[in-house]
Amino acid sequence: MAAMPRNDLLLFAGFTLAVLTMPIWLAPFGAAYPDLLQRFMIFGIFAVGFNILFGLTGYLSFGHAAFFGVGSYAAVWSFKLLSLDVIPAMIFAIIVSGLFALVIGYISLRRSGIYFSILTLAFAQMSYNMAYSVLTPITNGETGLQLTQSDPRHLDSALAATVVGQPIPTLLGQSLGGFSGFYFCAGFLIIAFFLAQRITGSPFGMMLKGIKTNQTRMHYTGFNTKPYTLAAFVISGMYAGLAGALLAVTDPLAGAERMQWTASGEVVLMTILGGAGTLVGPVIGAWLIKYFENIFSAINDGILRRFFDFLPDGVDSAMVTVASKFVGEGWFLTLGLVFVIIVIFLPGGIMEGVRRIAHLFNRAPKAPGKANPQPQPAE
Amino acid sequence: MSQPNVVLHVADVHKRFGGLHALADIDLQVEEGQTHAIIGPNGAGKSTLLNVIIGKLPPSSGQVVFDGTVLTGRKPYQINQLGIARVFQTPEIFGDLSVLHNVMIPALAKRDGAFKLNMFRSLDSETGIREEAEHMLEDVGMLGRREMAAGSLSRGDKRRMELAMCLIQHPRLLLLDEPTAGMSRHDTNTTIELLKKIKSRGMTKVIIEHDMHVVFSLADKISVLAQGRIIADGTPDQVRGNPKVQEAYLGGAH
Repeated sequence: MAAMPRNDLLLFAGFTLAVLTMPIWLAPFGAAYPDLLQRFMIFGIFAVGFNILFGLTGYLSFGHAAFFGVGSYAAVWSFKLLSLDVIPAMIFAIIVSGLFALVIGYISLRRSGIYFSILTLAFAQMSYNMAYSVLTPITNGETGLQLTQSDPRHLDSALAATVVGQPIPTLLGQSLGGFSGFYFCAGFLIIAFFLAQRITGSPFGMMLKGIKTNQTRMHYTGFNTKPYTLAAFVISGMYAGLAGALLAVTDPLAGAERMQWTASGEVVLMTILGGAGTLVGPVIGAWLIKYFENIFSAINDGILRRFFDFLPDGVDSAMVTVASKFVGEGWFLTLGLVFVIIVIFLPGGIMEGVRRIAHLFNRAPKAPGKANPQPQPAE
Repeated sequence: MSQPNVVLHVADVHKRFGGLHALADIDLQVEEGQTHAIIGPNGAGKSTLLNVIIGKLPPSSGQVVFDGTVLTGRKPYQINQLGIARVFQTPEIFGDLSVLHNVMIPALAKRDGAFKLNMFRSLDSETGIREEAEHMLEDVGMLGRREMAAGSLSRGDKRRMELAMCLIQHPRLLLLDEPTAGMSRHDTNTTIELLKKIKSRGMTKVIIEHDMHVVFSLADKISVLAQGRIIADGTPDQVRGNPKVQEAYLGGAH
C-alpha cells in the first residue's frame, strides 16, 4: 500500500467511497434497492476482470460467460456438499473457474485476433450446451441447480449446524439478504478493483500493454508472450468465476443460461461502453447497462400509452407501437443502438467522453499512462 | 596470424521458397566487435538472410551459430535472451506507451527473463530500471521526450528510441535492418552519428543497408549479396574495387 503512487491511491479511495455510498446517491435514481445494487457489484467485478484480458492485453474473448456460469455452479455445489457458508463457496468457485480458464485459455491462445475470439465463443457455447444436456447430473439441466433441505453439506453436518426451512447461503451464520448482501458484494468489488489497479500498475501489467500494442516487438525483446497472455486469461476467468459465485449467493439457482453467448456479449458491451483499457470505465459500463436494463425491461405498453397520451389519437398509438419494440423484451434493441452510437462517436467509451469534457475545462496536457491509461479503440 | 573471434557464423545456409532459391550456399562469419554490412540490390535476399539469423524464418538447410550456440530452431525471444537485439526496417515500437516505458520494457526483459509473474510490485518502485532507461534516453538525446506517446514521434525519433530499446539490453550482437530507410538526409546523418557513437562500445553489429553513404561510413567489413549468393566479401576498399560488385550492384545502382 505504501508503495502505491498518490494518483492511484486517490482513485482507489474515490472508488471505494463511491461504491460504499451507492445506497445514498443512487436513491434519487430509484436504484438504491439491494437486489439491483448487488447486480451492479457482481457485473462490475465481471467487467473489471474482463478488462484485464481485453482492455489491457488486447484479446477479445467472446466466451467469458462460461467462467461466470462455472463459478455459479461451483458455488452452488459448495453450498450443497460443503457448507452454506459463502467463504468456502467463493474460494471453491474461484479455483474451479481458474482451472477451467487454464484449459480453455491454453487452447484458445494458440491463436490470436478473430480466431481467438471464435475459439472462446465455441468453447463457451459447448459448455452451455453441455450444461443443458450431457452434464445434467452436475448442472440439473433446464431446471437449474438449486439447494434442497436434503443436501449433504458435510462441513455443516460435521459442525452439527442444522437448517430450518429453505436453505440459504450465509456468512458466518448471518443471512446475506438485503443490504448486508450488497455490502458483501461491494467488499469483493473493491478488492477486485484494487487488485486490477495493482496489476495495471505493475511490470506484469506493462507487459500486457506491450503485448496489446506490439506483440512482434515483445518477441524480439526477449519475452515469451504465451505465459503472459495465459496468466491474463486465467486471472480474468477467476474474476468471472467470482462474479458468478456472488450471483449464486444472491440467487442460489444456477442455470445454464448464465453461460449463453448473449451473456458473454454483454460483458464485452459493458467494457467497451465504459472504456476498454481504463480502470473505472468497465465498472461504469456495467452499472449503466444493468441500470437501464432494469428500467427499460420494466416498461410495458400500458406505461408507454400513458406517456404518449398527450399526442392526438392515431399518432399516440403509432408511437406506442414503435417505442414498444425498444422496451421490455426489446431492451436489447435499445442497447444495440446505444452501442452503435458509442462505438462510432466515442470509440474510447464513456471514459473518453469524460476525458474530452475534462480537457475542455483543463487545457494543461496530462502525462500519458498514469491513473487512466489511454483507451484503445476496440480491435 | 591470430584467429579472430567469430561471434556469428552463418554456415552453409540455403533458403527456398517453393521454386525460388532465395539464399544459396551462404557462409558468413562475423567477428567480435566489428560492424559487418550486408549489401546488395533489391531482391538479393538481404532481409531473408536477416530473418533466418533472427529465427523468424527457418533455413531450408544449414545453420546459424552464435557464440557456440546453434540458433536454428530457436524462437525469436530465446534468440534475444542469448544476447541478440534487432532494429527493424520500419521501427517496431510500443506506439501507445510512453517513450520511457518503451525503453523500460526491454530493460525488464533483460533483468527478469522471458517470463515473470511480477504483478504485485508497482512499476514506480522499479527505480533502478527507470534510471537506467533515463540514462539510455539521454545517450540518444531523447530524455526530454520521455513522457510522450511513442507513436507520435517522428520517424527519426522512433528509430532512435528503437535503438535505445536495443542498446539498453547490452546485446552482444545488434542486427540493423536498413536503419535509415525512409529517412530524411538530416535524420540519416543523426542516425549515422549515433551508430558511430555506439561503435566505440565494441558491440558487434550486422547491418543491412541500401544507402552506400551509410555503409561506407560505418562498416568494417562488407559482404555483397546478389541473387541469393555472396559474390564478394572484404573491407570497404576491397569491395569498392571489386569489378564483380561494380557490375552487380554499384554499377547498376549509381
